[in-house]
Formats: sequence, structure tokens, C-alpha cells
Amino acid sequence: MPDLPKKKVGLISCSGEELPEGTVTRRAVRKVLETLRPDDTVTLCLPLFLAGGEGERAFARYYPTIAVDGCDKRCAALATEKYSAKPVASIVVTDVAKVNGCKAIGTARRLNAEGLRLAGEVAGKIVEETDRLLKKKPKSAVRESDRGKR
Amino acid sequence: MTRKIPVVPCSGIGKSLGAAAREAAYVLTEDLRSDKTKVVALALLVMGDEEAKREVAGGRAIAIDGCKLECAAKSLASCGAANVHKIAVFDVVRRHRGLKPEGVCDLNEDGLKLARAAAEEAAEIVDDVDAEGGHA
Repeated sequence: MPDLPKKKVGLISCSGEELPEGTVTRRAVRKVLETLRPDDTVTLCLPLFLAGGEGERAFARYYPTIAVDGCDKRCAALATEKYSAKPVASIVVTDVAKVNGCKAIGTARRLNAEGLRLAGEVAGKIVEETDRLLKKKPKSAVRESDRGKR
Repeated sequence: MTRKIPVVPCSGIGKSLGAAAREAAYVLTEDLRSDKTKVVALALLVMGDEEAKREVAGGRAIAIDGCKLECAAKSLASCGAANVHKIAVFDVVRRHRGLKPEGVCDLNEDGLKLARAAAEEAAEIVDDVDAEGGHA
């Protein structure tokens, strides 16, 4: 088995360049990686699955992953399953937007305030799943005050 | 009507050069050559989405990659693009030595300048394709 980091969750965002929801996935994943759960998560680059990123494929084969998709095509979830193993959790931005009443979120190039709020909500969902996978206590879940922040 | 040239940027989420590639695609398709180019999402090509494959198959396309693994160019080739024009942001930055791009979600000023430089190189490719008689 390859030498892999211990007790980490892999985050795979679709990053869909055509849709603002794709930008939301990127921002949410980076927020978790940089601010909310830097010690517990890594990001995996989706196109590297196809381009032959053995490190990416190996990680997703042996460690839990969370796919974060912008739309119901679910490219990140399906590509991870196709090239490595089925993600343990799958989050779809349009579903989160519906639950949180988010509508116009800006463009793929620039999210507006609503888009940034949505990214915060999605980041919160990622943290909940990460904590569940790592069996962390609920109290360590994302603070309400972190939600919606850039 | 002439097909717009598909532009596929790296989805790189780990490095500033990937973010610059993505921004360059927006500069090209929204600011510089909006009437001749359009963004196609790399994740769709990775997944073999039929509609995305139709957009690129048999024609010219522009790949804007952030690193040497060239995921965008490889994906375009595997989806049947006949002629893939490559913009390598890691080479563009060498031609603009003063730039120090930083950030992923929010590029710093140098990152935005780098994206603009990469987009301008891509715009020259678009003009060359145009001069040769179009995309497809």
C-alpha cells in the first residue's frame, strides 16, 4: 500500500468552470482545507483522475472521500467512483442552495454575497461530514459564526 | 454560424497557477474574445459528458493548464479534439518573471496579471484560427 497520510478525508470538488455553483464548490472546499479543518482534510484534483494522477487515485482508493458537486450531473462523485472508489459522502450545491433559499449567486467568475454565503453553507456541510467520518464529537462541528463567511 | 472555440482551463484547486488558468479562461471568453470562444468545464470532459464531447470533438480547442501534467490538454485530446492549442501558465509565468501569483479562490494582483497575460496569448491563437478560416 502506498505511503499515505493518516486520518485524513479527501475533498473532491467538481470546480465546474461553466457554472457559479462550480465556483461555490471550489470556495467551500478551500475554506474547509485552509480554515475549518486544515488538519483533517486534503484536496484531490478531479482532472488528475483522468490524466493519470496515481497519488490521487490511490488516496481515494484507501481513504474516505467527500465529493462536492455543483449540479446533479455529479461529475466529482461519479469520476471518483469510476477511477478509484465510491465517495463516502456526496454534497450537491444546488441541493444546499434549495434548502437555504439561495437564488442568484453571481457568476462563475465572481460570486456575489449570496454566492459567498452559499459557499459558507456548503463548507459547513463538508465539516459535518468530515467530523462524522473521523468520528469527531458534534461540538467540533463548524461554528454558526463561521457559516457564510468568505 | 461558426462554432465558438471551446476553452478548457485547468480545474486546479491546489495551486495559484491553476487558479490563474481558470481566471485566464474567463478573461478570454468574457473580456477579450467573447464572440469567438466559450468555456467548457473540464470535469464534464473527464466524465465523458456527451454534450461536452460534442462541443470539442473534431474541432480546434484551447487548453489552459496550470501545471506540467496538462490535464486540460490531455482531456481534450481524449475527447476527440482535432487540434489542441496549449497555453501553459507555468511557461507564461517564466516570461513574466516579476510576477508572484498567490491565492487560489482569490488571486492576488500578480495572479490576475498573469491570467491576463495567458489570456492575451490565447487570444492570439484565436485570431490565428480566425485568419485561417475559422474553427470547424
